[in-house]
Amino acid sequence: MALKLPIYMDYHATTPCDPRVFEAMRPYFTEIFGNAASRNHQFGWEAEEAIENARKQVAELISATSKEIVFTSGATESDNLAIKGVADMYYERGDHIITAVTEHKAVLDSCKKLEKRGFKVTYLPVGSDGLISADDVRNAITDKTILVTIMMANNEIGVIQPIAEIGKVCKEKGVLFHTDATQAIGKIPFNVHDLNVDLASFSAHKIYGPKGVGGLYVRRKNPRVVLVPMMDGGGHERGMRSGTLNVTGIVGLGKACELAKEEMPSENERVLGLREKLRKGIMDEIPDVYVNGHSTERLPGNLNVSFAYVEGESLLMGINDIAVSSGSACTSASLEPSYVLKALGVGEELAHSSIRFGLGRFNTEEEVDYTIGRVNEAVNRLRELSPLWEMVQEGVDLSKVQWAGE
Amino acid sequence: MAYSDKVVDHYNNPRNVGSLDKKDPSVGTGLVGAPECGDVMKLQIKINPETQIIEDAKFKTFGCGSAIASSSLATEWLKGRSVDDALAIKNSAIVKELNLPPVKIHCSVLAEDAIKAAVRDYQHKQTAEKEKAEEAAVNA
Repeated sequence: MALKLPIYMDYHATTPCDPRVFEAMRPYFTEIFGNAASRNHQFGWEAEEAIENARKQVAELISATSKEIVFTSGATESDNLAIKGVADMYYERGDHIITAVTEHKAVLDSCKKLEKRGFKVTYLPVGSDGLISADDVRNAITDKTILVTIMMANNEIGVIQPIAEIGKVCKEKGVLFHTDATQAIGKIPFNVHDLNVDLASFSAHKIYGPKGVGGLYVRRKNPRVVLVPMMDGGGHERGMRSGTLNVTGIVGLGKACELAKEEMPSENERVLGLREKLRKGIMDEIPDVYVNGHSTERLPGNLNVSFAYVEGESLLMGINDIAVSSGSACTSASLEPSYVLKALGVGEELAHSSIRFGLGRFNTEEEVDYTIGRVNEAVNRLRELSPLWEMVQEGVDLSKVQWAGE
Repeated sequence: MAYSDKVVDHYNNPRNVGSLDKKDPSVGTGLVGAPECGDVMKLQIKINPETQIIEDAKFKTFGCGSAIASSSLATEWLKGRSVDDALAIKNSAIVKELNLPPVKIHCSVLAEDAIKAAVRDYQHKQTAEKEKAEEAAVNA
């Protein structure tokens, strides 16, 4: 098959809708368009049936029950609902929340908002491999702690936190445990019982479903978790999320979960193979390339690497027919390099030099081969252009240079 | 972000990439920026001491495409100019020529700084040379 350009290798940002998901959704735009809350006619019943089927598909993927699934507009909403919903419900028990510095902004900014309202938040640091330990969580828990929220897989560096161990600690201490599993559910095995999670956020568009739909797992037994809703209205989703259900999107989410459950083992093996091919193809050829985050405790499709002495955005420009992302400040509006990489203790210089490759379902071996060639060519060219590379070749220790811009 | 055609052109075909002998008294070297900030520019000029005309200019840049383009353009403009004319190059002219968006203005500022630093380095060297010559004359 001929190589089609540009190549998409940014599966952590979003994924294309799987054609099978799209086909499942299709009738729900025009034919089966009822409101799932219409209880007294065929149109409503059909919509409701589709919703309940999807709820089952989602629940089966994570070994939950249907009644524990709350549909939302996506993982950002789910994170907000979980964190603020617990805080509002359980504030009389305590005012302390534990999270980690490398969490997604949906979690961090929800926590910051609660801090403004008087809650106390502990932001656990991570090791140089990007991981926190269950003991860190245990040591941070006080008698005022009501919630621990730690993401399962990181969106930038793909590292997988020891969620089962953290869940065990939380259970033992009687503290609710939420995990932002946006990059994990549908990508790696996720069982709410084995992991001891009470709340879990997820999103359809990260797992080959449509954008604008996601969900929150809310435990119903041992313990029964109750949330104060953020949306008030018709009392949909057991009162936790009012608003007419996005039937089409939810059907897509359900189908995406069904496919993920069926295909995860074979898909992960294939994607991991591609990732390792890419990693070796680059690192065997190019010196001074560093993997950011733990080398094995990471998503099969994630490769986050820093190319020393080459700035990330200029590298993206050099491989402009391959869609990837960079932790360089120049690629973000904030002019700050990635806070996740900084939290790992990656120097700012290397943070500026980082590229995140996100591989997934539709990437091919040919695409990986092409990418290796393009990346290596661009890095070599840009190093020839780099005064830092030249200085290092001359034996200069860059850390000892008094930079004019500092 | 979409890049202007001129930025893309300089990025793909950077002019005057390379290095001049930094020990040569007729060469001025400017090294500005810092790796932590994501931009480092090295800009060098070779000046004819008789005419004060810049005969050659070279650069190497660690930075985004706009930083590379700004320094590449600067070397183009420097060649054939007098030292005084070189110091008259303003970052705003680089912004205009390359159609840099507001978030990339700092790249042009860095290029202007690099020119000034290179000229300053050359002038220091010349002063030192002159002093050395005078000392030699006195001792002779």
